[in-house]
Amino acid sequence: MSNPGTLAITIAGADAIADRLEGPHGPKPRIAFSRRNIFIYGVLGVAALYYLLPLYVMIVTSLKGMPEIRLGNVFAPPLEITFEPWVKAWATACTGLNCDGLSRGFWNSVRITVPSVIVSIAIASVNGYALANWRFKGANIFFTILIVGAFIPYQVMIYPIVIVLRNIGLYGTLYGLIIVHSIFGMPILTLLFRNYFTSLPEELFKAARVDGAGFWGIYFKIMMPMSLPIFVVAMILQVTGIWNDFLFGIVYTKPDTYPMTVQLNNIVNSVQGVKEYNVNMAATLLTGLVPLIVYFVSGKLFVRGIAAGAVKG
Amino acid sequence: MTSVLVRDLSLNFGLIEVLKKLNIEVAEGEFIVLLGPSGCGKSTLLNCIAGLLDVSAGQIFINGKNVTWEEPKDRGIGMVFQSYALYPQMTVEGNLSFGLKNARLPRDEIAKRVARAAEILQIEPLLQRKPAALSGGQRQRVAIGRALVRDVDVFLFDEPLSNLDAKLRSELRVEIKRLHQRLANTMIYVTHDQIEAMTLADRIAIMSGGEIQQFDSPQAIYNRPVNRFVAGFVGSPGMNFLEGALEGAGTPSFRAGDIVVPLARYGFDNGAAPKDRVVLGIRPEHIFHGAAASSQPFSKEIEIEIVEPMGSDTLVWSKLGSHNLSFRVDSEKPLKVGDRVPVGFDPARASLFDGSSGNRL
Repeated sequence: MSNPGTLAITIAGADAIADRLEGPHGPKPRIAFSRRNIFIYGVLGVAALYYLLPLYVMIVTSLKGMPEIRLGNVFAPPLEITFEPWVKAWATACTGLNCDGLSRGFWNSVRITVPSVIVSIAIASVNGYALANWRFKGANIFFTILIVGAFIPYQVMIYPIVIVLRNIGLYGTLYGLIIVHSIFGMPILTLLFRNYFTSLPEELFKAARVDGAGFWGIYFKIMMPMSLPIFVVAMILQVTGIWNDFLFGIVYTKPDTYPMTVQLNNIVNSVQGVKEYNVNMAATLLTGLVPLIVYFVSGKLFVRGIAAGAVKG
Repeated sequence: MTSVLVRDLSLNFGLIEVLKKLNIEVAEGEFIVLLGPSGCGKSTLLNCIAGLLDVSAGQIFINGKNVTWEEPKDRGIGMVFQSYALYPQMTVEGNLSFGLKNARLPRDEIAKRVARAAEILQIEPLLQRKPAALSGGQRQRVAIGRALVRDVDVFLFDEPLSNLDAKLRSELRVEIKRLHQRLANTMIYVTHDQIEAMTLADRIAIMSGGEIQQFDSPQAIYNRPVNRFVAGFVGSPGMNFLEGALEGAGTPSFRAGDIVVPLARYGFDNGAAPKDRVVLGIRPEHIFHGAAASSQPFSKEIEIEIVEPMGSDTLVWSKLGSHNLSFRVDSEKPLKVGDRVPVGFDPARASLFDGSSGNRL
């Protein structure tokens, strides 16, 4: 500081500090239209457009009348908005013998999905809890079998299950399908719950044991209240998986008990008469609505649950 | 009366022997610290006493009752964990009363015990808060409270202060000591912090490799370590070790190169037979320098190599023969690197170990 120049500037005042700092200082300036930004946002924009375009076409078409569709302007917005195709898809579209639209399939799907989700999550969470915290004899073998089960293709098991269901008299009923969905959800859900419960601090479990809580006491009072995110993840996986299922639905049920996806297929692929594109689009959107709503409502919890399962805290 | 008795306790995980035939007898009201490096089995031993791990062999008695096969809740123990292990979805009151509710105690009895524990630990204003809204020190108090309300005879602490910062740790350490004086319960405390061990314990069990190396009062462990491991593990900064030979049956002496330490004043455990390989250990705080050194039975001039000021005192490093030697000096003493000063010590305060077995001679 013996340099008289430096000294003079220091005395000149603190508000002149900026002048004193030569060269780059403070926050680095960002160029809004740098080559990098244009590339990144360009790619993002194109990708988004690519994914959203079909959805746009579907919504637009479902709101048009048939005469307008015959004009062939797929991307044009509807000149005259009509909700008739939606009503028809829901209430009067014909699938095979029934002409009461998707509503029958919707309620069938609800009757299949709700119990399947509850049963599979209830069993899998207890499985995962037992595997994570109560190291019983043979736990590893049991776990290995379960994991292997997750890798066996479903198609292999379709026919054996048909025979089993027929022999216990549940073939073609909703109960049969519920049992099938609950069983097939088991490996992946058990794995999910086991990994989550393993990531919870072991000392909590020990403390609860010293406090005299038993197997169910610890599960209901300690583990479950701490595991909301993973229950939400499991619920989303199961709701979307079971709702969107087509294969089991068509194999294990009868026309009266077809889930919504099977009915949708029957509407879209019906061969007689004119192809009603607007009704088909509306029916497809209706069928996809449930998983979509589930994602929107629980998106934040879903991300939290996935993150909590992946990263050990 | 014996409070906790561990007899020939072994624990194997597969082929790995974690605990090897341990024996410990703890008197009623005693404060025992299990001290050792990571992986020595001290926490495992505590978990076995708590009943959280099944033992492979041996027995555990608590208050004269064989509890080897009992569930943790039936053993008459309370436990405090390192990570506090508070139930996050319950309030402090819920945490304290959880065990009592499981035991189906009457409601007014639960309220009475929670109030007493809260009063003792001064957490009354926190009772309605969730653990997330508590500081580390408060959480640990609640964790201690959870053991307190169980009204048990034996408290088990599993490194309860390791997650706290240095200042809080020393505060809570004093509080645990005060708690022990007030309750007079038997306490078994696991730690790897020797300051905690020295300050809290009536007796310390030094563990290594699944075995108890020495089980004695803090003073005995500090002054008369039974082997080289204990000598090196206890004390900070660590003990200096000089390797050499034990000579002369009449007036024994230690020789390493041209350094000869007369051992006439050293208290041998079972006589002084000459040996080729022995290790002499001397603590940095037992080495004098300057004028005081010459009056010691052994003294020699050394050159200072490194000076480490630590606030209250300064640690000075130099060489004695070919061995590093550190000693403590008053911070006010102006010692510089390169200075030559005489240092000396009294062999009566040193420890001599067999070179091969490591046991004290």
